[in-house]
Amino acid sequence: MDDAILAEEEAMLEDMRSRVSGFEKERGNLIPILQMIQGRHAYLPPEAMDLAAEHLNIPVCEVYGVATFYNQFRFHPPGRHPIKVCLGTACHVKAGDIILENFERKLGITDGETTPDKEFSIERVACVGCCALAPVAVISETVHGKMAPSKVEGLLLRIQIEKEKAERERESGKREGEK
Amino acid sequence: MKTEELFNAIRQEAERQRNEFVESPAPKIHIGMATCGIASGAVETRHAFEQALAERHIEARIHTVGCIGHCYAEPVVIIDHPESGFPPIFYHEVTAGKAKMLTKLFLEGGDPRFEHVYGATVENEMIPSVMEFPRFNEEKRVIMEKCGHIDPEDIYDYIAEDGYATLVRAFQLTPEDVVKEVADSGLRGRGGAGFPTGRKWDMARRGGSGEKIVICNADEGDPGAYMDRTLLESNPHQMIEGMILCAYAVGAHRALVYVRAEYPLAVKLVTKAIQQAESLELLGKDILRSGFDLKIEVFQGSGAFVCGEETALIESIEGKRGMPRFRPPYPVEKGLHGQPTVINNVKTLASVPPILKNGADWYRRIGTEKSPGTAIFSVVGDVVHPGLVEIPMGVSLRTLIFDICGGVPNKKAFKSVQIGGPSGGCLPSAFLDTPIDFDSLTQAGAMMGSGGMVVMDEDTCMVDVSRYFIDFTQKESCGKCTFCRIGTPHMLRILDRITQGEGREGDLEQLEQLSRDIKEGSLCGLGKTAPNPVITSLRYFREEYEAHVNEKRCPGKMCRPLTAFYIDLEKCARGCDACVGCCPVDAIFTTSTRKKGIDQSLCVKCGECVVACPPQYDAVEKVSPPKLAPVVERSAK
Ligand SMILES: Cc1cc2nc3c(=O)[nH]c(=O)nc-3n(C[C@H](O)[C@H](O)[C@H](O)COP(=O)(O)O)c2cc1C
Ligand code: FES
Repeated sequence: MDDAILAEEEAMLEDMRSRVSGFEKERGNLIPILQMIQGRHAYLPPEAMDLAAEHLNIPVCEVYGVATFYNQFRFHPPGRHPIKVCLGTACHVKAGDIILENFERKLGITDGETTPDKEFSIERVACVGCCALAPVAVISETVHGKMAPSKVEGLLLRIQIEKEKAERERESGKREGEK
Repeated sequence: MKTEELFNAIRQEAERQRNEFVESPAPKIHIGMATCGIASGAVETRHAFEQALAERHIEARIHTVGCIGHCYAEPVVIIDHPESGFPPIFYHEVTAGKAKMLTKLFLEGGDPRFEHVYGATVENEMIPSVMEFPRFNEEKRVIMEKCGHIDPEDIYDYIAEDGYATLVRAFQLTPEDVVKEVADSGLRGRGGAGFPTGRKWDMARRGGSGEKIVICNADEGDPGAYMDRTLLESNPHQMIEGMILCAYAVGAHRALVYVRAEYPLAVKLVTKAIQQAESLELLGKDILRSGFDLKIEVFQGSGAFVCGEETALIESIEGKRGMPRFRPPYPVEKGLHGQPTVINNVKTLASVPPILKNGADWYRRIGTEKSPGTAIFSVVGDVVHPGLVEIPMGVSLRTLIFDICGGVPNKKAFKSVQIGGPSGGCLPSAFLDTPIDFDSLTQAGAMMGSGGMVVMDEDTCMVDVSRYFIDFTQKESCGKCTFCRIGTPHMLRILDRITQGEGREGDLEQLEQLSRDIKEGSLCGLGKTAPNPVITSLRYFREEYEAHVNEKRCPGKMCRPLTAFYIDLEKCARGCDACVGCCPVDAIFTTSTRKKGIDQSLCVKCGECVVACPPQYDAVEKVSPPKLAPVVERSAK
């Protein structure tokens, strides 16, 4: 198990290294480099910061300074189903904070955290551009409009059921294979 | 001459494709597939059409278009079925089921199902046209004219609608002529401040040494506005054509589109549009042999409100923290990497092709004298028909909110409208007759800003709304100026206290003092305007603040620590369990009389029980202050 994780990390590092070296050594490429890494790996591990600093020949603290300034960058891996609750103006007026609270309560984590099983993470965002459907939540890539506290439970349940179904299918597939 | 000939060949190809599409006898189905459409299920709708058409062996053409701005009606579908004898028909809220039904009954059976029709898109004798609705006939579309009619992923669709023809004609003019035409039109920047675009271009044209750069500002940081994104998702070529015109006018050969990384669809469509323009030689080296070169790149902004400010935007492209610089020197003198840089908003640039096409006089006739042209608002919140609206400047707020957007729903009273996002202000009903233009709004204490407009009904708490905006700006403050960095969190602490029922005497005066100091002590527009929501709400809704501080009461019943829910035992029906099932925290219990009560210590005040309680009982009441809620014992008789 540990070996698998190590191998995965090594592969990730290798991927980052080879791609970062493809960028020109210009300061203006710092944000594109960070965006590229986050685009591929969903977050910025400390190694990413070191790589970027080394490549552009700037202090690591500068890289952290830039990365932490912007809302886009995250420093922890998100869950398999990242949940973004919109708290833009329209969603706020339509009680988006109650939707956020419901997700937090149901999953037992707060805004910015990931569940221990790495299934879900919660994040608050400002306006996803569907204000006419407020309040809005985005799960993975799907936008859910006109949210209500009672819909929260249903959405989470659906993901849970789908996951269990997939697991059952995998199990039975395995058993078939064994036969 | 050569340029025109080359372009004519492209245009002929575009017209050929268009004619082939229009003249084909097969029915055409236009589906709006911008972000809001997709969020409402447009992908499923399209899938349902495809499936139903295949099952029934009907030949029809599906045309994916951008957003028409009628977000309340999404997914929007227009069906043009010439054989049926009906004009093109606009259908709203077309779910997958409706799509299947329409395929069967209308496309196959020829019955347009009048009960689902919103209106015809053209005047005719059979079906009332949508032009009879104020939403359609009060609007004047200059920037959004083609949005929702063309496929954003197909450059030929834009060219068939006369796209890029203005650019080709402009190559015959001198750059000075182009600047002059834009200056004569009176176009003012749509990014918020309303700076005359012609003057900006003129300064860039004359001034500065070094290679010039054009930047399109599509950062759109206001958390309640989404028109820039919709424009890029529905018709990116109009903005690109405007950018080429701008670059030609000021003599730039490099341009950047600064668009939020959080807008993945917009990034994708703009990138694709640039590639298509390059492949037709409308961009790149020696554009259609005119001798003019331009390269446009896309830079993805990483999501910081302050990066919409032009100097902070430049810093962030240079790979630094987005902190504004002191101006002067202005970007047109010393911008990106010290080179002269013109920064314009998406809407500003997209206004340029229509201006050059129809002339400055035509543009001046739209809107008011000091603010010619149109404005786009995203009207959201408590209105019947939320969405994007493009109106001539000078229309009153009342017309926009009540006539065009249908007013406040659920028979509630209008309370206030917030204009301009975190930099703007809340205006009460006394200001409804204010004409919408740069100067009148600023005078009233609000501001054009980004064009975000949130309508609020009587159940909205103005203190809470102000707290929301200060919370936003204090998070987004870049930290450069002390007053903005420390003053805004201080204001937030006071507002937090007030909304939690712990407001003290002197709090309001302190808010006013802080507002003045932050405005004076900040370098950029963020700090200078951050207190606006508080200043305006204190000016127009002071009694609400006073109710919070003095009576611990929230008149809008929105601040949760100051409200409580209770169940009216007179109205509650024995044996109905609707509220018990819906409560997320199990705060509702059954009394000995089998009626229901709420355990105030558990209640999180989410309001689900209000929705769940069947309308014939309507037994759940909301009160402020909480002590007005009668105590119900678990063993009540
Ligand atoms: C805090 C702040 C945020 C801003 N955000 C935006 C924005 O999101 N989009 C925009 O076009 N302009 C924004 N601006 C205005 C720009 O600084 C600049 O005036 C504008 O891009 C110029 O373009 P225009 O002349 O076409 O309006 C912002 C200004 C400030 C102070
Ligand atoms: S405010 Fe939530 S989508 Fe715009």
